[in-house]
Amino acid sequence: MFLPITVRVEKRLEIPPWLRLAVPVCSFLVALALASAVFAFQGLNPLAIYGTTFSRIIGTRIGLSFLVVKAIPLLLCAVGLVMAFRAQVWNIGAEGQLLLGAVAAAGLALFVMPEAPSAVLIPAMFLAGFLAGAAWALVPAVLKAKLNVNEVITTLMMNYIAAKLVEYLIYGPWRGKATWGFPFTDLIPGNAVLPTVPGTGIHYPTLMLALLSSGAVFVLMEKTKLGYEVKVFGGNPELAKAVGMRPAKIIIACMLVSGGLAGLAGVGELAGVHKRLMYPESISAGYGYTAIIVAWLARLNPLACVLTALLMGGLLAAGETMRTSFSIPYASVNVFNGLILLCVVAGEVMLRYKVKLVVRRSVGHEA
Amino acid sequence: MRPEVISSVLQIAIRTGTPLLLGAIGEIYAERSGVMNLGIEGIMAVGAVVGVAVSLATGDVWLSFLLACIAGVVMALVHAFASVSLYANQVVSGLALAMLGLGLSSLMGRSYVGKPLPHTILPRPVPLLADIPVIGPALFYQDVLVYAALALAFVSWLVLFKTRWGIMIRAVGEDPSAADAMGVNVYLVRYACVAFGGAMAGLAGAYLSLVLRPGWTEGMTAGRGWIAFALVIFAFWDPLKAIIGAYLFGAMETLQFFLQVPLGISAPLLGMLPYVATILAMLFAVSETLRKHIGAPAALGKPYIREEKVI
Repeated sequence: MFLPITVRVEKRLEIPPWLRLAVPVCSFLVALALASAVFAFQGLNPLAIYGTTFSRIIGTRIGLSFLVVKAIPLLLCAVGLVMAFRAQVWNIGAEGQLLLGAVAAAGLALFVMPEAPSAVLIPAMFLAGFLAGAAWALVPAVLKAKLNVNEVITTLMMNYIAAKLVEYLIYGPWRGKATWGFPFTDLIPGNAVLPTVPGTGIHYPTLMLALLSSGAVFVLMEKTKLGYEVKVFGGNPELAKAVGMRPAKIIIACMLVSGGLAGLAGVGELAGVHKRLMYPESISAGYGYTAIIVAWLARLNPLACVLTALLMGGLLAAGETMRTSFSIPYASVNVFNGLILLCVVAGEVMLRYKVKLVVRRSVGHEA
Repeated sequence: MRPEVISSVLQIAIRTGTPLLLGAIGEIYAERSGVMNLGIEGIMAVGAVVGVAVSLATGDVWLSFLLACIAGVVMALVHAFASVSLYANQVVSGLALAMLGLGLSSLMGRSYVGKPLPHTILPRPVPLLADIPVIGPALFYQDVLVYAALALAFVSWLVLFKTRWGIMIRAVGEDPSAADAMGVNVYLVRYACVAFGGAMAGLAGAYLSLVLRPGWTEGMTAGRGWIAFALVIFAFWDPLKAIIGAYLFGAMETLQFFLQVPLGISAPLLGMLPYVATILAMLFAVSETLRKHIGAPAALGKPYIREEKVI
């Protein structure tokens, strides 16, 4: 501010294609460098940590499978968030919506139809999970659409309420008999367990659903009237209203889709990974929040989310490795999450604006 | 409930509401200047861990509070840089800061988990006044920071509504181009307000880890930053109204411990109370907003770009 340099900002008329790729990549690298500095400052050797985690994840089949397993819920949540964020509807509640999907699947598999054959039970669980996640999102959606209640707060609060609901169930009515005193439900019956790719933990039905939904949301956004309305509304709500679009419908649709997809992720976590309802922080290790980064890093493109979900899945897997190999708390992975998101969102300025540094002759009034 | 139970609920409710009040005062300033900072949850966490770290290293409780404040300012400046100077989306930038703060606190706090603090600040009775039945202990048997937070709320209300600085801040939040034309440095005001918000959130975190729940546990902020953020709307961006709101929320958090046994409701269900109350409070705030035509600062969330007209 006191240097004889003026920062001049000009809006870009068009964004060069290479820059669309370069900015997220550079943002990611800058974030990684900053995180290294944080780790070094904490007396940890970032290069050693990166080296070990990288070789443990990329270099082994178990590591790679772990990465994909983490990417599945991220992709499902992120693809839904893409749609909501495009409409400027800030659904921060994927975490809670995911938990509700898991609750619905557990309820169905343990109590409602435990005897049903897989061919019936598994689709029913996914359907119930979608509906439960969507229903959980419907509360903030209606409050936003009808009363303009800030959805950031309501979706966040719904996350905490969902976590308490899961705790209530596992400590209370749903607590299992064969759990060695842990507050877990019993294991879901074998016919409810999702099949995995042999030799890995990849529950492929959920993976297929995730990939499908990424394509489906792409088509929805690009080829349908609803998608068009979402984009217009997100770009300029006043214009959308002026041309007769109904904001309430757009907001509710976006929230239902993103809530439902997060619910599917919850079914996958329950029936594909944990096979019982347990601590909320084990069922969802921050997937709902990390998915925000996946969506943003993909520049709100549902197809690009496949790549960024793998990237962030790798990061979460790295967080797990850092915990086991270096006894760094898992939540520290949020240092990366936060820095990446900050760098990406700050880097956007490079896309939208040209920043020029102009050297001034004398220090004038322009401070 | 018996009078002494009511009395201790009130006393604890006010203490529990104090970090919420501090966080809300800071956020009111940031938002009055047009910058929404969702990062307070993360800043509080960093404030909490810095407070514990300094306290364990030096044993100086006031230095702990000071450094927690400074850490809060540093964190908030990151958000200010992204959202004010780089015109970044404030929702996303704030969320990113929240994540960063939670991650940093977990990383920094890993060696402090469960360590007892060398000292703590205890509530002290004001002679005579503390003996008034029911409200005496609530109002006059508190720790010094409870009073400090109250004083801060009054002072920040005075500054915001009765001084030239306050007019400048509110002008920047309502109509930055007009404020700019009047010669107000929009960027400077926004930076200052966001930094103040960070200091308050850092202080709130330190109060949490040094006074209210002494010691560091991961995730100890437990959504208090988000609730403070919600409180700002509930208080219609007014520090005095935030006092009432903060104590009300403090009561919600306190009641769950007092109601558990008599009502026989399980802890997790009662634990939903503060979060459900927050949603209900938002509903109340919206209906009041519609009735009284008072709303958010007009430029809230919108970056101010000087070199060109915003379309």
